[in-house]
Parts: sequence; structure tokens; C-alpha cells
Amino acid sequence: MADTPFIARGFHSRRAPATPGRLPPGQYETRDFPVLSAGPTPRTPLAKWDFTITGTDARSVRWSWDELRAFPRETPKVDIHCVTKWSKFDTTWEGISVDTLLNAARGGGVQDAPFVMAFSDGGYTTNLPLADLTDGKAWVVFGYDGAALPPEHGGPARLLVPHLYLWKSAKWVRGLRLMPNDQPGFWEQLGYHDRGDPWREQRYQGDA
Amino acid sequence: MATVVELHNETQRARTLVLDVPDWPGHRAGQHVDVRLVAEDGYQAQRSYSIASAPETAAVSLTVERLDDGEVSPYLCDALGVGDGLEVRGPIGGYFVWDFAQGGPLLLVAGGSGIVPLMAMLRHHAAADAGARAGVPVRLLYSARHLGDVIYRAELEQLAACPEIRTSFALTRDAPPDWNGYRRRIDRAMLEEVGWPVAEMPHAFVCGPTPLVESVANLLVELGHAPARVRTERFGPTGS
Amino acid sequence: MQAEELRLDGNAAGGALREIFARDVTAAIARCAGCGATAPMGALLEYGHAMGVILRCPTCDTAVLRAARTPGWTRVDVVGISFLMIPENVANS
Repeated sequence: MADTPFIARGFHSRRAPATPGRLPPGQYETRDFPVLSAGPTPRTPLAKWDFTITGTDARSVRWSWDELRAFPRETPKVDIHCVTKWSKFDTTWEGISVDTLLNAARGGGVQDAPFVMAFSDGGYTTNLPLADLTDGKAWVVFGYDGAALPPEHGGPARLLVPHLYLWKSAKWVRGLRLMPNDQPGFWEQLGYHDRGDPWREQRYQGDA
Repeated sequence: MATVVELHNETQRARTLVLDVPDWPGHRAGQHVDVRLVAEDGYQAQRSYSIASAPETAAVSLTVERLDDGEVSPYLCDALGVGDGLEVRGPIGGYFVWDFAQGGPLLLVAGGSGIVPLMAMLRHHAAADAGARAGVPVRLLYSARHLGDVIYRAELEQLAACPEIRTSFALTRDAPPDWNGYRRRIDRAMLEEVGWPVAEMPHAFVCGPTPLVESVANLLVELGHAPARVRTERFGPTGS
Repeated sequence: MQAEELRLDGNAAGGALREIFARDVTAAIARCAGCGATAPMGALLEYGHAMGVILRCPTCDTAVLRAARTPGWTRVDVVGISFLMIPENVANS
């Protein structure tokens, strides 16, 4: 297509009126919850499901579905921002703070490292700094909007890191792998940003 | 960069755009174009639309069905006017295409707006001489929610008057009381009744909403049709 | 609404693929590096939506081709294609 685009007469995107200050640059608010997925919906039976945190020396801790859900729960209410430009306000979730899981992992001998690769059923991965998963900024969630997290939104459990673009909130998450060096995950290999802060519009590799 | 030269409403929800596309190289039946809309603030949206016109027709026609929560289709169906410009890229596609060289018989299965690329195939078929047409018999099965959603209804009735073309319709939500067609979703029994026997080795083209396309394609293979002869084009959840 | 209802196929990626391969490849036959199945690119299942092109093998779901266009670069991962057969150009495709 041409590099200087033709402006279509009378075309504008639908935009719901946005609350000033809540929308990161380049986003628009939606009341829907669009489903985007890089592959078919995984269907791991809960009896086989587990969540693993692996450290740099391959030491790991693993929890079954029941064990994970036994940790103290939180019910974050957050805005979420997708790199495809939609944002959704006041989404409510139920899950376990990643801080809780990391503390338990450390107690199990897992060593910290500065970077993390979240990995999911179906092969999806996404990388992010450990610092973006700590201090109340991230959860492993299994509830959405008062009910069990449905498969199309990542159920049984997904990562939730609302201060970063939503592709970092890996659906169907099965664990975290701590890494000494940053390595690109599924979308990052294809040019998306290693960190993904929507307030700095870190959409793509090379964005400051 | 195309210009809209004509517009006509096909149904309450579907409109045909006739475009003049400079340096158009011609196209094959089944191909599509990518349409890109850019707003003044730089916002962009892009969608693919199948070409409805036969390769033999000079002007390029697209038929667009309006999705209520759509971003692009309401603009194309309601706001776009004759004389307006439209950015299109194409023609695109080398797999979901049919030309006479491929032969027949043809089995065309459409769900909703999936009829559009199949209509290009039917119009290409109709443009041939009687001898060629007789050599390629066609069976069309077209599924829609209501009779009012059936696009190109009059033209399809005319085509069905030709001995080598047979059309069947399935309405899935409601049907008029004197309706002679099917009143349910496409299923195995329906395909067996109106489709070609496996021994005829038809070229099958299935287009429409993703769930319909996958269900029909799987059923055709189950019935014994060779997978390589069942070509599919998915339009997504609601068949845009 | 599940991912399976939303998926498209290689036809929908035809325009994007043409920018990468400089020709239409929807009729090209790809062999999946995951399971060895062959299929025309137009018959692969497409999941990328607005983020990029993700074409998966209909037999085993392996990502046969992944691509995304971001400022300055288009990155293409074809690790999932072990072999590609591209037909001679037919006019207008």
C-alpha cells in the first residue's frame, strides 16, 4: 500500500468517550473484551495441570491446581491495554500475587534472576523483567468478572501484568522461568518490545 | 486507489460497491482485495473483501455485509458514496480460485456472505459459451439465517434455470411458510442429498463463517471427498 | 467465543505474504516441520489477528510461518516450513 495514506472521507474509528488520564497514548477504550489468540485453545485437564517456577540453576518448584489455589488470594481490579490499541477499564480478577509465588519459590531454593520467561500450554512464551512481576504488580489469575476464567480468555489460569501491554499477560500460563539474560518470547522474536510499557508506548523493539 | 462508480443494495445488510481500479490487471474468480481505511487522525483499519464480479467484467465489484459491531463494514455500507476514493490492494489469492481450466463438476457451499467469491465463480461460469458450461455442471448449497439475507437471490434463480446449474438453500433461523428449501443448518444428510457423489470427484469450494466452513469441510471429507479437492475460505466468526 | 471460531486461513494472510515473498504464495505447498503434513499455504490456519501473521498446520498446530511487520522491519520465522513448493505464476495471482 502507498506510504502516504489516502484519507478515507468520513471514516473514523469508534471511540467510546474516554476518561481523561486513564488512556495510555494511542489507545481507545472498549467495553468488549476482544479475544485474540496466537493458536488454538489448549485444553489441559486440571488433574494434569501444574505451575512451575524454575531458577537459573534448574532448581524448580511446582504446584498442582489445588496447591496453587490454596495460596492467599487477591481480587485485583485493573485497566488492561492491548497493543492492538484497545483498552478496557475496571476489569476484575481473582488469583495469587506473583510475589506470593516467588516467595514460596525462593523458600524452595529457586534463585532470583533479573529476567523472566512466562510459558504457556500451546508453546506461547513472553519475556519481561522480574522487576515488572514484583511488588504487587502481577498475579496468576483463575477468576475473571466473578466467575472461573473461561478458556477463551486464558483459563484455567493466566498471567496478569496490567501495567504492561496485554500480550505479556500470558494466557494458559504454566510457569515462569527465571533467566540471567533477557531472551525474546513468541511476539518479541517478531519485533514486539521486550518490556511493553503502554504509558511509554513501548510497542515494538527499538521503542524507547 | 480505486474510485466508487456505483453502489447498490443487495439486501438490508449487504451492499455491492462497483469500483474503477486504475491499472487493474484482471482477476480470477475467488480472489479478494484488501481494503484499507485511514482516518484523519491516522487511525487505520484493514479488511479483506472477496471480489464478486466475474473476471470477464471490467469493473471490480465487492459485496460487503454490514456487521453491527463492525468497524469497516458500516463505513463501506452506509457512509461511502459514489465518487469516493477507496484504497484497495490486490487481487490476492491463488488457492481459493476457480477457472475453467480446472474443470468440474463444481460443488459450491456458502454460508452467509461466503456466497460472494462463489458468485464470482458462478458469473465466470455463466460468461462462458454453452459448450464449456455444459462440460462443468455446478451444484450450489447456500445457507443463510433468513430469506431476506440471501444475496443475489434473483440472479441465482435465473442461473438455476440453466440445466447445468442446481441451487439449494438452507435457512437456519426462520423461513416463509411456503418455503421449499431446507430449514436447518447444513449437515451430513443435506450434503449427501444435494452434493455430488464422491465418484464424480467434484471440486468443492466452501466459504463463510469459520465454524460452518470447518464443519462442512470435515463432513465432505468424511463422506469420502479427497481433502485436496475441498478448498476453504474462512471469514471469521460472523462471516464478515 | 473460542480461538477456533475466530481463526481464518492462509487466504486472509495472502496480501501480507505477497509483501514478504514478492508473489502470491497461497497456492504454494508447504511441508510442516512438525509433522510432515503438506498443505497449500491458503489452507493453513491463521491466528495472528492484528498483531501479525501466524499460520499453523491443520494437522498438528505447529506454527508453520510467523511474521510481523513493525517499524523498520518485517520479521519472518519459517522454521516451521521444512519444504516449500511454489507453482509457476498464473496470470493475475
